[in-house]
Amino acid sequence: MSLISTQNLTLVLDGQTVLENVNIAIEKGEIVTIVGPNGSGKSSLLRALIGALKPASGSVTRADGLRIGYVPQKLQIDATLPLTVQGFLNLPHRHPRTVVNDALHKAGVGDLAKRQMADLSGGQFQRVLLARALLNAPDILILDEATQGLDQPGAAAFYRQIEEVRREMGCAVLMVSHDLHVVMAASDRVLCLNGHVCCEGTPEIVADAPEYRALFGTGTQGALALYRHEHTHSHDHTHDHSNCDGAH
Amino acid sequence: MLDDFVLRAALAGVGVALAAAPLGCFVVWRRMAYFGDATSHAALLGVALALSLDLPIFGGVLVVALAMALIVAGLNGRNVSTDALLGVLAHGALAIGLVAVSLLPNQRVDLSAYLFGEILAVTKGDLAVIWGGAAVSIALLVWRWQALLSATLNPDLATASGLNPKREQLILTLALALTVAVALKVVGALLIAAMLIIPAAAARPFSRTPETMAIMAAIIGMIATLGGLAASFAFDTPTGPSMVSVAALLFALSAGLAPVFRR
Repeated sequence: MSLISTQNLTLVLDGQTVLENVNIAIEKGEIVTIVGPNGSGKSSLLRALIGALKPASGSVTRADGLRIGYVPQKLQIDATLPLTVQGFLNLPHRHPRTVVNDALHKAGVGDLAKRQMADLSGGQFQRVLLARALLNAPDILILDEATQGLDQPGAAAFYRQIEEVRREMGCAVLMVSHDLHVVMAASDRVLCLNGHVCCEGTPEIVADAPEYRALFGTGTQGALALYRHEHTHSHDHTHDHSNCDGAH
Repeated sequence: MLDDFVLRAALAGVGVALAAAPLGCFVVWRRMAYFGDATSHAALLGVALALSLDLPIFGGVLVVALAMALIVAGLNGRNVSTDALLGVLAHGALAIGLVAVSLLPNQRVDLSAYLFGEILAVTKGDLAVIWGGAAVSIALLVWRWQALLSATLNPDLATASGLNPKREQLILTLALALTVAVALKVVGALLIAAMLIIPAAAARPFSRTPETMAIMAAIIGMIATLGGLAASFAFDTPTGPSMVSVAALLFALSAGLAPVFRR
């Protein structure tokens, strides 16, 4: 059974249909990336999956007892709110100190527990968000443009961290991303969204699809060629991704 | 023991300061200053309602403040330009409340008592209502503290943790209406929002966690209350405004000290 899936999911926001008849399913341990232009319903889809948006029609099915780790697109903490990293990770449920420190370590920010959230750099902040999502040992990590506002090296390092977390914890990863070359290199599957699922499949299949080309042009061909060069021999669909690291 | 009106005034002021502190923190964190204004200005409308229907003032104010808070909270969820709209509601409620009170038949109402409070006229019965309301408001916030903080940070994150941000907003709304109703007698409709916001803002530089900020706000609020009471005796000034003035002074002091505390 899939971890999480949608059945003919239709979402309406402020009277506007943002998603129509979406059927997706995320399997154990796979990395799935959602791409699509602005306003194509990517974030709305994720919000429906975590239960923050009610479907206008259709449904979302979660596996029994599914634990979701959610990393929102942006989190603005008002400057008037004093909050330590440790305090942030203990909201709303308190966790033992060892659990908090372990999550921070996994996210690569083991030494920040006592810092104020307001004092963190963009990259540190995103990693703390990641650590928070890891607290309940999730079956699936859901990330909404988690590298927004990071520079390219910062984004690349963040994605490497995600891969490491996935390898260590075995969780599935569903993310929205604009970093097309990273997507192409690091995903098992790509979902191209534009109000509906316009194409999906392995990165090669999606990149060759006319629907995808119509949306993104052929500009990623260079990155894709690189991807194929390094990966055609190892991408065997058994979800063993120990070879993926070379992609960076 | 409660026969001394100064003691009653001090106790009433401390009760309001305690209730306003944690609530004021949320008002500041969530940028709901106008929300506090609209709700407290609506209190005047509640006074008019209570007087015309011969109800207890506290009940009338509670009902109208709650209604206003619910309206504002409902609008908050939509995509309307809330800043201007909240301004309209806040000032509209004040103006309509003033008109409504003036329309009351055969009654010369002492408007300034409702606008600026009359803490020196607090009775034992008032004290019971103030401390009772304050206790309920504080209990609500303590009970939902973690959940309220999560919903304040990010509604989606709260939802993903199994909370209902709308419910938390409702709890905050209820606590706000309650605090407005008990604070009316002490500082008056015009200055309730001040007692919410100023102590919380003054507490910010000395706080590294939300909890310490709420406790610091309570301490600062109490100092402002008692200091204002003393000042109003010393200089024969109106008590409610004196309390808010002391709070504003403490804020200025805190803002001046802020660079020392920032690392």
